[in-house]
Amino acid sequence: MDMNSFSPMMPTSPLSMINQVKFEDEPDLKDLFITVDEPESHVTTIETFITYRIITKTSRGEFDSSEFEVRRRYQDFLWLKGKLEEAHPTLIIPPLPEKFIVKGMVERFNDDFIETRRKALQKFLNRIADHPTLTFNEDFKVFLTAQAWELSSHKKQGPGLLSRMGQTVRAVALSMRGVKSRPEEFMEMNNFIEIFSQKINLIDKISQRIYKEEREYSDEMREYGPIHLLWSASEEDLADTLKGVASCIDKCCKATEKRMSGLSEALLPVVHEYVLYSEMLMGVMKRRDQIQAELDSKVEALMYKKADADLLTEEIGKLEDKVECANNALKADWERWKHNMQNDIKSAFTETAEENIHYYEQCLATWESFLASQTDLHMEETSEDKPEAH
Amino acid sequence: MEQAPRDPERQLQPAPLEPLGHLDAGLQSAVGEEAEVARDESPGEGTMTENNFWLKKIEISVSEAEKRTGRNAMNMQETYTAYLIETRSVEHTDGQSVLTDSLWRRYSEFELLRNYLLVYYPHIVVPPLPEKRAEFVWHKLSADNMDPDFVERRRIGLENFLLRVASHPILCRDKIFYLFLTQEGNWKETVNETGFQLKADSRLKALNATFRVKNPDKRFTELKHYSDELQSVISHLLRVRARVADRLYGVYKVHGNYGRVFSEWSAIEKEMGDGLQSAGHHMDVYASSIDDILEDEEHYADQLKEYLFYAEALRAVCRKHELMQYDLEMAAQDLASKKQQCEELATGTVRMFSLKGMTTKLFGQETPEQREARVKVLEEQINEGEQQLKSKNLEGREFVKNAWADIERFKEQKNHDLKEALISYAVMQISMCKKGIQVWTNAKECFSKM
Repeated sequence: MDMNSFSPMMPTSPLSMINQVKFEDEPDLKDLFITVDEPESHVTTIETFITYRIITKTSRGEFDSSEFEVRRRYQDFLWLKGKLEEAHPTLIIPPLPEKFIVKGMVERFNDDFIETRRKALQKFLNRIADHPTLTFNEDFKVFLTAQAWELSSHKKQGPGLLSRMGQTVRAVALSMRGVKSRPEEFMEMNNFIEIFSQKINLIDKISQRIYKEEREYSDEMREYGPIHLLWSASEEDLADTLKGVASCIDKCCKATEKRMSGLSEALLPVVHEYVLYSEMLMGVMKRRDQIQAELDSKVEALMYKKADADLLTEEIGKLEDKVECANNALKADWERWKHNMQNDIKSAFTETAEENIHYYEQCLATWESFLASQTDLHMEETSEDKPEAH
Repeated sequence: MEQAPRDPERQLQPAPLEPLGHLDAGLQSAVGEEAEVARDESPGEGTMTENNFWLKKIEISVSEAEKRTGRNAMNMQETYTAYLIETRSVEHTDGQSVLTDSLWRRYSEFELLRNYLLVYYPHIVVPPLPEKRAEFVWHKLSADNMDPDFVERRRIGLENFLLRVASHPILCRDKIFYLFLTQEGNWKETVNETGFQLKADSRLKALNATFRVKNPDKRFTELKHYSDELQSVISHLLRVRARVADRLYGVYKVHGNYGRVFSEWSAIEKEMGDGLQSAGHHMDVYASSIDDILEDEEHYADQLKEYLFYAEALRAVCRKHELMQYDLEMAAQDLASKKQQCEELATGTVRMFSLKGMTTKLFGQETPEQREARVKVLEEQINEGEQQLKSKNLEGREFVKNAWADIERFKEQKNHDLKEALISYAVMQISMCKKGIQVWTNAKECFSKM
């Protein structure tokens, strides 16, 4: 991580850099770069939590400076996400990594979990930065730049917790209605989301399982090689061959480790992010349906209550605008999301395939060189004794 | 393939019946035609000069296995597998083979043959039989003796056993072995009539000798250690190999799940659909490729297992040596003590405690006639003892010489076979890697077209 001066080359990973460059409307004008690092543990009398350092580099005018460094904890990220959802209910907000550890996802709770979370948080912020609309969100700016006390006071300004809760209850009631009057294109969208969600979840499980099996295979291989060495100690003629086999198995073991780390960097986080995305998408669908339902309920009210006709008509007008805005926002964002998804998935699997090819190529070279050494020896030996061929 | 050394004189313990004729014949071993997975190596070829039953070159194969039911010794119904043994003689000129004998044998008969050979050829490292029960199984393999894969591998193992015996310069001349291949009915009775079970050394005697022998030949002691180490290291290797196979199976098979899910996903995708679908197909190919790979590996494991069991055969030869040596030492000790007694009687001094000495003290001296009689008996015994000791010594030395010659032969065979096996393992790995590269290259192409 090059922390020096303003540098455009600060991607989260080479691959996502390519993604960002490809799918920005104006690729040359990427002007906001964010990194998340240095997890630190904080212990207070009430709780223990971890903060992450967030460094932002930007050339945008609306930022007071070109570089910012702040510390944030997971709670702060949650807050940001909530604000974004509130401000843009039908935009596809990037997902946050899970609050609690998902069983079986990581080996050892502490280091790996924190590292995985750190990477995911960095992805989260960069996705927001790359989003044509979200990148200009005010709360996002505050999140990236405000000092701890500033952030606290800013947080308190929003609508209270209670009012938000009230909204949720009403929202659930409405969303049922909204489903029935969903326009065709959104029915299709919803269908896609449902199936996509199923499949990506399965792929997530399969990929995790592959990682686990590869880990166990590697463990057994580590025991397998040395046995040949042990054997070579009690042999004379066979010693070289046995040692050769031991060394090959050893090298293949190392190649397996590399294959696994490739999997855990290129594939697992990407697939998992889309698992979380699929949950987000269902939320977005719901919110769109709610907005529609609000309109529909007012329209219905107008049919039965002639008394407040004028007021209702005015409200309906506003709601119709609202619905249209929401639908358009979602449509546009949907296309953008789908495009990104296809590329992310494509890259992730292509890279995985490459890792596997590389793994097999390494192992092949190892065994071929062993075989060559054995047959060379054999040629030497046979040419020494008899003239007749084997 | 290695050539077995020619040495017609090297037959110490003769086979119970005379060989049929002195004919110059060659003995050739080949893999049976019905073998599903051909073994590339034949265990060995040998050239016999004299004392051979075979008029022409022969081929032996265990070509079929069949499930049978019958009644056992306790008149209970049992299911067992019978194996068809076919012997062919090969015409020199055109290489055509003619079926000369064909009979069915079950595993227990093979065991009987081997036990007989162990008794009559204690100086030979007798080839082992394939395992009685499936061991070192990994999760997919069945531990059931009736499982067709196990039966198939056992069929190959039994054939290998017969080929090894047939290519051994000494064992191949044995009449009982010849009858095993040619006389279906009555063979068991014929073997039992040799009375070999009675001639076998008792386990207790052998154990006793192992602990008490004072001066065994150092080479045999070393060999015993070697065979212990060999057994231990091969067992360990086979156990871990089975676990590795299990894990590898898991890795490959889980990838197969991608196939189904990709296919279902492709239904909702427009641009990505084709790529996903075809990539999924390659994942299926990858997943199913492991079955053949591991089946080949199983044959490699069988090759190692043969030498695992050979370790026991080596130990048997060492035990026989220890027994003979102990026997010799006891005989020498006995002779020495008799000589001592004789001397004491002659000179009248008592240096050793003896019951006779005690009784003479208690009940009075014996008469000179009595004493002379005893001396004479002792002298006779001493004479006999000296003769016996001489012949035992000779026997012991012959045994050591012949056993060691066979052990050298075995060592060469072992080094050759195991080296080949290890190389074949490397070849298997190479093939597996090549397949992997191909599948993933195809998959990558599909992914990049998505």
